[in-house]
Amino acid sequence: MKRVLSIALAAVLCIAAFAGCSSGSPATSAAPSASVSTATATLSGTVSTNGSTSMESVISALSEAFMEKYPKVTVTYDSTGSSAGITAASQGQADIGLSSRDLKTTETGLDTATIAIDGIAIIVNKSSKVTDLTLDQIAKLATGEITNWKEVGGADSPVVFVGREAGSGTRDGFESIVNVANKCKYTQELTSTGAVIQAVASNQNAFGYASLSAVGDTVTMLKVGGVACTKDNILNGTYKIQRDFNLITKQGTTLSPAAKAFIDYAKSKEAAPIIEKAGAFVK
Amino acid sequence: MRARNLTEKVMSGLFLVCGMISILAVLGISLYLIISGLPAIREIGLKSFLLGQVWQSTATDPKFGILPFILSSIAATFGAIIIGIPIGLLMSVFLSKIAGAKLSSVVRPAVDLLAGIPSVVYGLVGMIVLVPAVMSVFHLRSGSTLFAAIIVLAVMILPSIVSVSETALNAVPKKFEEASLALGATKIETIFKVSIPAARSGIAAGVVLGIGRAIGEAMAVIMVSGNVANMPKLFESVRFMTTAIVSEMSYASGLQRQALFSIGLVLFVFIMIINVILNKLLKGGNKNEA
Repeated sequence: MKRVLSIALAAVLCIAAFAGCSSGSPATSAAPSASVSTATATLSGTVSTNGSTSMESVISALSEAFMEKYPKVTVTYDSTGSSAGITAASQGQADIGLSSRDLKTTETGLDTATIAIDGIAIIVNKSSKVTDLTLDQIAKLATGEITNWKEVGGADSPVVFVGREAGSGTRDGFESIVNVANKCKYTQELTSTGAVIQAVASNQNAFGYASLSAVGDTVTMLKVGGVACTKDNILNGTYKIQRDFNLITKQGTTLSPAAKAFIDYAKSKEAAPIIEKAGAFVK
Repeated sequence: MRARNLTEKVMSGLFLVCGMISILAVLGISLYLIISGLPAIREIGLKSFLLGQVWQSTATDPKFGILPFILSSIAATFGAIIIGIPIGLLMSVFLSKIAGAKLSSVVRPAVDLLAGIPSVVYGLVGMIVLVPAVMSVFHLRSGSTLFAAIIVLAVMILPSIVSVSETALNAVPKKFEEASLALGATKIETIFKVSIPAARSGIAAGVVLGIGRAIGEAMAVIMVSGNVANMPKLFESVRFMTTAIVSEMSYASGLQRQALFSIGLVLFVFIMIINVILNKLLKGGNKNEA
């Protein structure tokens, strides 16, 4: 009796081990000649997105709305960083790569679809007295030329510069616009926008950069040259530190119907209020 | 009769296969690391790779010197060991020799629980509690430092050291201790002059386990150490060999990706060297005893 029971249990365990293996192939068997009117009913499958941590709130909002519209579709999001997302798309590991920067000249064979504009907010700790910095001052703080906050109107305390890892779209945007590429002296290099906000919020000497869509009220956003980081200033271009949110796909591969529908949805007028609610802006 | 012989043969064959799987796994990993790690070293040059002090993998003119990572990993492991061994050893002595049954029934599960906590949780607690504390206690501009990483690592390796050392101390034959006490030594003298030397090899095994865990830890330390590729200073931000790989692997390509594999190879070589040295020490110790 005991032997039979233990063999049965072992068999159940083995079967349970296989439960974790799912097919997960995005190219489902939806017939290509399905007419548009039945598209809503037959659209199914998985859309895998991978990349920018700054785009998290926008992609979550879009996925939720999209999955409500097409209940049989699942949209997944891996938060790995813009460069990782671009690599994943070009190697076919994800349907859509998410990038909060434009493609470099070395990144070939990829298509870009811009779905939103995002501001990169310069954030300081809530206890900081500094409210406004020029681009030049920000550059000097980033490269380590200014080492004490009192030089820019703050308290007499050392400057701590918190930034992102080398493959980050946010870092790329910040460094290219402020013109400090390869010259920054970081005190911390963290791997997500949320981590930067958390680090700045918990250190009174810290300043850093993060996606506007992720900044809440745990930190203070600085004005750049007198211009606040708001929707109007980003859309009319007076707030200089901004970048596009892009969906990256590999050229030459046929996307699954679900993935194609997701990209079209994200670019459509329907999605604009959803994107704006999530914190980014649509032109 | 023949059926029993057959069963015996089949079972020993099965055990042989299982043993072979572990050897194959180690061989496979070692070979793969060597094959993927050598091309970058060949292209960058062994000396400038191991001794170069600048790591700028994504610059237009990339530099791949990993000396900062090597020294930071060594410094962190060394610091964690310096804190971890005395505390761990004394804790295991307490559990094995001094504590009564009731007290050890409280302390031992606590130590086992410490062993079971995932690294990410250590990192989280370190980031939220330890980093601000370090910043305010030492009046630093930022608490994410080598020091915070050392503290986190020391707490993480404690359970390994304690549980293995305690087992070793328990295995010391009672007659050694009784003989020592009979000759007039106090209990503390007996512990330090008889039990611990007798349990030497087990304690060393625990220490090796601890070193292995400390040098290989990535998740917990990435959250508390600041992750900037500097030469290690106790109260500055540092990047270890492990966190260097973690930070860049997801998007690296070309030479940068191969360089990360080479860092993995160097890490692997380090662990091999540590294991060999400690094995030699153990053998040397046993020879003296015999």
